[in-house]
Amino acid sequence: MAKPASALAKGIDSVNTWVNERAAVGEFYKKHLSEYYAPKNFNLWYFFGSLSLLVLVNQLLTGIFLTMHYKPDAEHAFASVEFIMRDVEWGWLIRYMHSTGASLFFVVVYLHMFRALMYGSYQKPRELVWILGVTIYLVLMAESFMGYVLPWGQMSYWGAQVIISLFGAVPYVGEALVEWIRGDYFVADATLNRFFALHVVALPLVLVGLVVLHLAALHEVGSNNPDGVEIKANKDENGRPLDGIPFHPYYTVKDIFGAAFFLLIAAFIIFFWPEFGGYFLKPDNFVQANPLVTPDHIPPVWYFTPFYAILQAVPDKLMGVILMGAAVMILYLVPWLDRSPVRSIRYRSWMSKFALALFVVAFVRLGMLGLSQDSSTLELRLWTFIYFGFFILMPIWTSFEKTKPVPERVTS
Amino acid sequence: MSETESLDSEQPSADLSRRRLLLGTTSVVGAVGVAAAAWPFLASLRPSARARIIGAPVEVFIGNLEPGQLARVQWRGQTIGIMRRTERMLQQLPELNPRLRDPESAVADQQPDYARNLHRSIRPEILVLNVHCTHLGCVPQVIPEIGAQPFDSDWRGGFFCPCHRSTFDLAGRVYSGVPAVRNLLVPPHSFVGDDHVIIGVDPEGAS
Repeated sequence: MAKPASALAKGIDSVNTWVNERAAVGEFYKKHLSEYYAPKNFNLWYFFGSLSLLVLVNQLLTGIFLTMHYKPDAEHAFASVEFIMRDVEWGWLIRYMHSTGASLFFVVVYLHMFRALMYGSYQKPRELVWILGVTIYLVLMAESFMGYVLPWGQMSYWGAQVIISLFGAVPYVGEALVEWIRGDYFVADATLNRFFALHVVALPLVLVGLVVLHLAALHEVGSNNPDGVEIKANKDENGRPLDGIPFHPYYTVKDIFGAAFFLLIAAFIIFFWPEFGGYFLKPDNFVQANPLVTPDHIPPVWYFTPFYAILQAVPDKLMGVILMGAAVMILYLVPWLDRSPVRSIRYRSWMSKFALALFVVAFVRLGMLGLSQDSSTLELRLWTFIYFGFFILMPIWTSFEKTKPVPERVTS
Repeated sequence: MSETESLDSEQPSADLSRRRLLLGTTSVVGAVGVAAAAWPFLASLRPSARARIIGAPVEVFIGNLEPGQLARVQWRGQTIGIMRRTERMLQQLPELNPRLRDPESAVADQQPDYARNLHRSIRPEILVLNVHCTHLGCVPQVIPEIGAQPFDSDWRGGFFCPCHRSTFDLAGRVYSGVPAVRNLLVPPHSFVGDDHVIIGVDPEGAS
């Protein structure tokens, strides 16, 4: 028994050596897994980073299989999706995994972003991690919008009509720009075909590239933690952070537990509630696209509604579009708007806590208002005001508030 | 390292201005090349020759259009509404001026010159309109009746867009204080005889 095992071990060893002499795979494994020291005090909020990676993989895999049956053609697209749902073996499962995955992607990304806001994970030296993250979010918005157009239902069609028309607000070149994006005088086959190319090839490549950069930037500076303490400040004689533990096996095991729990919820939705009461898949989208009939109400999917509400708060096309764009772009400035000497909300005053809580309420409330057709303009404006107030006033309260002393080491 | 040092010592010192010139010209030529190479790709996204040709004129019979009725046809993928307005509808158009954003149709490219008048049409009663909302392209509902509406307590008849609550009067002129800022577009059109309108063709003599 011992002899073949050692022969096998020897074999593996020599392959290892052969590979590592040619490519530093072992180094890479050490740097990013077995010797990447992450703070030992991660809590529940730290699941959402690895979960977004999991959802990304799910979207890529299910997406590849969907393209094997889907037809990016205005004549056949709607029918091909129905074909996937009814005739392709297990097609319904793959499709629902993809459509549910899209919504869950935003759930975990929003929670991941909230975590960063809460613990100041964007503060120096992690500005670039944050900037790359916001860029991922932007690309994700484009990716999901284009994906939503592909089934070519009524909501796909009219959603595309509305969103593409937003570009018409650009002074002087707006109309030409809209025509260029659509590739026709109306949302047509040309539009569907190019959205397919972008959704399936171009944007996923960009997304994966950005995720690699996001992780590379993170591993360069090291992870933040709920205390906002810099663990690299206290190292042992071997240069390892005293409050750090190797990502593998400690956090891989923890993340697998999180993934299992997440998949449980995802599976429940996929199997029993894939439309999620019209929030993940809208009833109107089960009707084929018809350029002659505008649905009475064209709300975007839930993850865009806060921004859509901001658009509705302004009775002017250009100003509305600028404000909506600003609502997303302002995220880029957060590392410089926050003047607080401490990172984590744990050591900040009631002001930061109140502001963040109010911001979350505003974001959720705007999301609700954006879904509805008869939201009061006054209320829309109130919450829009609070949304922007959070960012614009951030330099003020973070400079004036009285912070608590931050401990030297992480708390358990 | 030592090799470069020895090379440095043997060679005459670099002509920096020459180097800058070469760097500059190479960059400029390179940038022009990138722009030229990008053009075919960007231009390939514009409407194709086929899409342009399909935008042919559409002829519509309007002899059976009742007063107050709106007919919808497709032209270049857009929904075009043709309405026969009543005498009363036309009479109240000037009264609405104070409530409108651009009552005189000052923005020139939202209608052909021959429709740049109070009623925004060639024949006063026949309104030909691209009924896609100038805000974000939804198709508004036509509500010709006068009377209070949920969105306007003093509604004088017109178009109401359910998407973002833009309102237009019965000449397609946009109200003030709504998301849309431009009047509904009047497409090029002309009449053949009494009962036919051609959408996409200007009247003879008009540019």
